[in-house]
Amino acid sequence: MKEPEIDDVKKLLKDSLPAARDSELRRDLWPALLQRLDQRAIRVPWWDWALLAAIAGMLCVFPGIIPALLYHL
Amino acid sequence: MELLERFAAGDVDAFESLFRQHQGEVYRWIMRIVRNTAVAEDLTVETFWRMYRAHASFDPAKGNCGAWLRRIATNVAIDHLRQARHEVPLPDDLPATAQQPPAEQLALRSEISRAMNKLSPRVRAVVLLALVEEEPYERIAEALGISENAVKVRVFRGVRLLRKTLSQAGVHP
Repeated sequence: MKEPEIDDVKKLLKDSLPAARDSELRRDLWPALLQRLDQRAIRVPWWDWALLAAIAGMLCVFPGIIPALLYHL
Repeated sequence: MELLERFAAGDVDAFESLFRQHQGEVYRWIMRIVRNTAVAEDLTVETFWRMYRAHASFDPAKGNCGAWLRRIATNVAIDHLRQARHEVPLPDDLPATAQQPPAEQLALRSEISRAMNKLSPRVRAVVLLALVEEEPYERIAEALGISENAVKVRVFRGVRLLRKTLSQAGVHP
């Protein structure tokens, strides 16, 4: 392909699509990023998973307590 | 301790300083690829989020935080183009150029959008950066982590496919 062919397409694109290089950010994005960082911070801690696993294990060993547990829920 | 060293050690204040220094530049770079303000804002946040997650792997001795961020931003923008490829053809909320009447311009932009959407996200990003935004090949190569020759090959490939698709639609560049 020759350079003029590239230049033709380039001219067509530039005439139709405005360049975005001068776009300015309309707002500060730090709050949005902080929110994203906080989402990471509020993830479930390991001891909650350990407690859940202990309860699941107990229900497997003593299935008789399931109706009592459901009654109290 | 230098700002970059503090960032690499996980200091959030250093991260905020870097964010404030580079957010505008990263946003403009992403905007050049995705051409939609709301999407570019979301992807800027995503870029800095990925940067923060990777702080331990950043080498302050190399020191070029801007280039590193541009590379992350390019990957984030290309990932977005890949996901949105079958949904929205070239979302573009930039103001119209003044060279053509709005109706003609809209029709032509629509054909170009369709043709652009046929390009792979990586080729499309290179075509937009090289031909529309006139970014130097060297800078594009650095942002994509490829050689300048590879950038030229992608431009050629993109132009060839655009010419073919546009010719089929009756638009002759």
